[in-house]
Amino acid sequence: MIRCNIEKELAGNLGTFMLNVDFSLERHKTLALFGASGVGKTSILRMVAGLMDPDKGRIEVNGKVWFDKELRINLSPQVRKVGYVFQDYALFPAMTVLQNIRYAAGDQGEDIVQELIDLMELGELKNRRPALLSGGQKQRVALARAVAQRPNLLLLDEPLAALDAELRLKLQEHLMRITKQFELTSILVSHDLPEIFKMADRVVRISNGRVVEEGEPEDVFANDQVSGKFQFIGQVYELEHQDLNSIVRILVGHQMVRVVIDLTLGNTLAPGDRVLVATKAFNPVVQKIV
Amino acid sequence: MMDLGPIILSLKLAVITSTILLLLAIPIAHWITYSTSRWRPIVQTLVAMPMVLPPTVLGFYLLLLFSPNYPLGHFLEEHLGIRLVFSFGGLIIASLIYSLPFMVQPIQSGLQNLPVSLREASLAMGKSKFVTLQKVLLPSIRSSILTGVVLSFAGIVGEFGVVLMIGGNIPDKTRVASIAIYDEVEALNYANANSYALILILITFLILLLLYYFNGNFLKDLVR
Repeated sequence: MIRCNIEKELAGNLGTFMLNVDFSLERHKTLALFGASGVGKTSILRMVAGLMDPDKGRIEVNGKVWFDKELRINLSPQVRKVGYVFQDYALFPAMTVLQNIRYAAGDQGEDIVQELIDLMELGELKNRRPALLSGGQKQRVALARAVAQRPNLLLLDEPLAALDAELRLKLQEHLMRITKQFELTSILVSHDLPEIFKMADRVVRISNGRVVEEGEPEDVFANDQVSGKFQFIGQVYELEHQDLNSIVRILVGHQMVRVVIDLTLGNTLAPGDRVLVATKAFNPVVQKIV
Repeated sequence: MMDLGPIILSLKLAVITSTILLLLAIPIAHWITYSTSRWRPIVQTLVAMPMVLPPTVLGFYLLLLFSPNYPLGHFLEEHLGIRLVFSFGGLIIASLIYSLPFMVQPIQSGLQNLPVSLREASLAMGKSKFVTLQKVLLPSIRSSILTGVVLSFAGIVGEFGVVLMIGGNIPDKTRVASIAIYDEVEALNYANANSYALILILITFLILLLLYYFNGNFLKDLVR
């Protein structure tokens, strides 16, 4: 169980602002931090990892206090030992893939190193240096490396943001596999709704330095105005405008769906927009797939 | 007949000083890069000063400082039996101070150009700052370290002002190559001066060649 209640003055685009968040997370679950950029999501991860000191508050992980301003407890990052996947991956340039993972594993032994290399499909790449890897490959190494030390907590700072849609889907699978296999508790910073729906058990939505909503992704992102029971959140992939209608292709999870919508609505959309796809008048047909 | 003593003395001075400097400069550069202390700008300024001061100014004050007529020099001579003026030991200390910025600056800028996340990633893995420096940071800035070593080595071989002020011109003790050239010219032995000068040119050329050759290879190594 993780309980985090922290306050910190941060410098933002429009001067300084107060970040004041309070959230908790059960063991072996994944929490997503969602909010506009510059809202302080990365700072929250850094404070949890011990790389930045909160001004006030308390961070408690699995019954152990990591930070408490009043009790003057502030464990160093070395003692907290979180697995941190940085936005820029932070792979050590002078080490090979294998050496990177081994360094992180420390005295965890060679078994976990091998297991991670197999799980992340890095066998062919293990003697390469990071400079020669593609974005998706670096990401897999960063993930394996963050897990190698058997962390108390895995922190993921927009781990898939720099990758294209197809690679994202593949890496989400890797990520889910690894969190399940190692029973990890993780905090994920993400902008991507499909990603949050797929991977997170809980989501905290942050706005103006505060938690404005907290709960399961379905609850936080449900749109109250739509009464249909059958609804998905997707991302606009492609638009094609015709005389009266627009044909829009929307990525919902793994699936691409094609929907005909009114031209006036179509004109307000652009590729990359997040949309809610729902049926109102019809009952969906459910068939068992043999 | 030309005496090779000054060339050997120059190389000896450069090897000893560069080695000590490397050990000094890494912690200093590390501290300057990551410290949040308010003393940081002062330390940074002091380290950089010898680079902009005329060497004779540095030499002059070191001469006074080490002179037995002044407190420090007097103390060293009275209690430890060490005399630093006009001695090889004095040359080493003067060269250390003079060359410090040439070693610190490249290492410091190498560290500053590394993404902070490298260091933070290592700390979050439970590694100490020392292990992080040794295993992650230094190997990532090998070319900066090599640049620092070569620049200070070449600088010491070529230095004239500080060495003349503090060391004088004592054969096999403080007469290094650059001084010997000056000495031979004064005595109108242009042929000898020419030989020393040519040897210095050759040494400098080889050192810089090695630098560029190895730095090229380091870079290739990192993308293999």
